[in-house]
Amino acid sequence: MSKKWWIIALVISLALATISPLASSAPDGLERVAEDNGFLSLALEAPFEIVADYVFPGIANEALATIIAGWLGTILLFIAVYGLAWLIKSRRRTTTV
Amino acid sequence: MHIPDGFLNMATVASTYTISVGGVANAVRIANKKLGEKQVPMMGVLAAFIFAAQMLNFPVAGGTSGHLIGAALAAILLGPWAAVIIMSAVLIAQSLIFQDGGLLALGANIFNMAIIASFSAYYIYRLAQSLLGDSGKGQLIGVFAASWGSVLLASIACAVELAISGASPWGVVLPAMAGVHALIGIGEGLITSAVVSLVLATRADLMRLQKI
Repeated sequence: MSKKWWIIALVISLALATISPLASSAPDGLERVAEDNGFLSLALEAPFEIVADYVFPGIANEALATIIAGWLGTILLFIAVYGLAWLIKSRRRTTTV
Repeated sequence: MHIPDGFLNMATVASTYTISVGGVANAVRIANKKLGEKQVPMMGVLAAFIFAAQMLNFPVAGGTSGHLIGAALAAILLGPWAAVIIMSAVLIAQSLIFQDGGLLALGANIFNMAIIASFSAYYIYRLAQSLLGDSGKGQLIGVFAASWGSVLLASIACAVELAISGASPWGVVLPAMAGVHALIGIGEGLITSAVVSLVLATRADLMRLQKI
């Protein structure tokens, strides 16, 4: 099976992350409902922040910080889930053979 | 639809964590039996794509935005249990690294967007296929319906958790969440249909991978 398709799909994903500064900054459905019905104030601050709100810390240009956060998450999830799936699959081989 | 901490009471946090941990454990057990060579890169790519696509909020009516969930795409391409694993990984990363969705609310977010959304999408798609057949057009109608339904049902699950937690009364939060997500679900349907069309046009064999 050709490996080319998933490289193309990964490039498309990175391209989507690259245009993420263009995304709408309006509140999402749940935030809108919480705001309109007076329970948004119940939300607590996160106890720690790593790449909070998809803005990579220490970069003055916010669009660039968002793009880098997007690339980081996209690559991280590809590696993590590829690795996890590979592990789940290969564990079976050792137990059944 | 990522719930922050503070919206849910402890009983809801505990029960949704319990269900989600059980669901993910079962997903891993089933994937361990069925996962093949071809699905491994597909799982990684789908997680990456869904993460990136979720960053792209699109405007809907009234100064509100929505974004793809992606559970329907994953469930249609790989099956509901594989989708549970992919979506859970995305939601865990979003909560731990990007502070999108609370740590205590993670169980509820996995329940809504990984479990409810994946299974509802998968069974709506299967139902549509059995009614409309395997033609390209029938498939895409099924994809759209499954995507829209998955967003609506996930938002209803979210509203139920908020109402049980006392964040907002049932009569308010249920119609409000369902109403706005009926609109956002159209976006989910359009994006998912576009991606499935692209897969059908370029690599139709990827649609026929064994479902997990």
